[in-house]
Amino acid sequence: MFLKEYISDVYRGVSSLLKGMRKTGYYFFHPKEIVTEQYPDNRATLHLSERFRGEVIMLHDENNEHACTGCTACELACPNGTIKIITKFDISPEGKKKKAIDTFIYHLELCTMCNLCIEACPTNAIKMAQNFEHSVYDRSKLTKKLNHEGSKIREGVE
Amino acid sequence: MFSLEGITNSIQNWLYQTFEPWFALTMECLIVILLAISLFAILGLVLVLMERKVAAHIQIRLGPNRVGPGGMFQTVADTIKLLMKEGLTPDAADKFLFNLAPFVVMIVAMLLLAPIAFAKGFQIWDINIGVLFISAVSSLSVIGILMAGWASNNKYSLLGAMRSGAQIVSYELSAGLSVLSIVVLTGSLRLSDIIASQENGWWLLKGHIPVIISFVIFLIAVTAETNRAPFDMAEAESELTAGFHTEYSGMRFALFFLAEYINIFIVCAIGATLFLGGWMPFHIGHWDGFNHIMDFIPSSIWFMGKTFFLIFLIMWFRWTFPRLRIDQLLELEWKYLLPISLFNLVLVTVMAIMGWHF
Repeated sequence: MFLKEYISDVYRGVSSLLKGMRKTGYYFFHPKEIVTEQYPDNRATLHLSERFRGEVIMLHDENNEHACTGCTACELACPNGTIKIITKFDISPEGKKKKAIDTFIYHLELCTMCNLCIEACPTNAIKMAQNFEHSVYDRSKLTKKLNHEGSKIREGVE
Repeated sequence: MFSLEGITNSIQNWLYQTFEPWFALTMECLIVILLAISLFAILGLVLVLMERKVAAHIQIRLGPNRVGPGGMFQTVADTIKLLMKEGLTPDAADKFLFNLAPFVVMIVAMLLLAPIAFAKGFQIWDINIGVLFISAVSSLSVIGILMAGWASNNKYSLLGAMRSGAQIVSYELSAGLSVLSIVVLTGSLRLSDIIASQENGWWLLKGHIPVIISFVIFLIAVTAETNRAPFDMAEAESELTAGFHTEYSGMRFALFFLAEYINIFIVCAIGATLFLGGWMPFHIGHWDGFNHIMDFIPSSIWFMGKTFFLIFLIMWFRWTFPRLRIDQLLELEWKYLLPISLFNLVLVTVMAIMGWHF
């Protein structure tokens, strides 16, 4: 019985090692599997994976309208105070007051790309973009205003 | 047809006709030294680059590709960098042994070069105890490693050196036993006899399963003897920083690094000689036409091809297998490899006596 166990141990060990060698050998002989991006050379054709997170942006459509209601859910969800929303009150034609954003401040230098703000947003107004070339000479340039100048909330978004 | 034997013979004849015998002998020695050193330098550069490229492709990366075409001069640049660096000796180190150790390791690697046949008739020293010489000298490298570990006066270095000692001493056994199986089949310790006995087929092919088993055991044991992953207990980057060469820098570190790769080349050359027929072309029994075609490929190319195939195999091991713990390492040797190779040696002996091989 001992001998049988011994031999089956050896067999299992060798076969699992061979399985590993088959996989790495496959990679060695198939150079098209290589995932390396030669970054500064292939800036134009750079391929980033779908879930790569570079920065938070706010989506604007062609009429310069966004979907942010100023609910501050993202600000509350952020673990390290990256987002600061300054709200104002719009007066609608009927004379009713309505909360809207004045400025969406985004501190890129504090952001850890954790994606919690995007998950918290009820109207999908913000999303993660793939731009990662954020180097600047002055730190203050990393504090960004995400809503464009003169933009307003899209009709029908509550 | 191109042959290294013709070149060496004509040089020897010319030397002995032109000069006094003693001067000709000295000249020959100098030529051999020059060849050995240049072989070492070239091998160091080529093998380090090969290792990095093989590792990269196995891990789906590109590897070095900036210096020269396809990164070809990366290792040259690295060597120049190491030459420029300061060779620091720690204050508390045993200065004499500390400075001696890298040279001991290198000299052992150089001694091993002597009996290897690089091509037909291209061999430094064809001694009649070639295999014994190899297994005796290759275990000397542990002295250099222990020297380095002890003289560094550093606990990591000493631990690495002790592990390396335990490892080399134990794996020497199964490497020796697997080599013995070929000696049993050939009936000679002389490397040229072993190569000549493979004229009608390599031992790996005509020795049935027992020789294949001893080939596998030989590969495992030499991987352990050269302190390479998955048996890199002596260096163990993750737990001992760099093991026995933690305190070395500059050119002395480069010598250790070079010696590691030279040792890989040498053990692979020995493996190719014993199991894959050395410089002997691929022959099948009595197929004279086929054998004649194979003879047209120069013997040096056959030898280098086989050696580099084995080196590739060992690199493939390194980048595939998980590392072993030190107790698992010794368990593998004493509980698995040694009993299997002892049993295997009996099988090979029976096979040799009964003449069951081709």
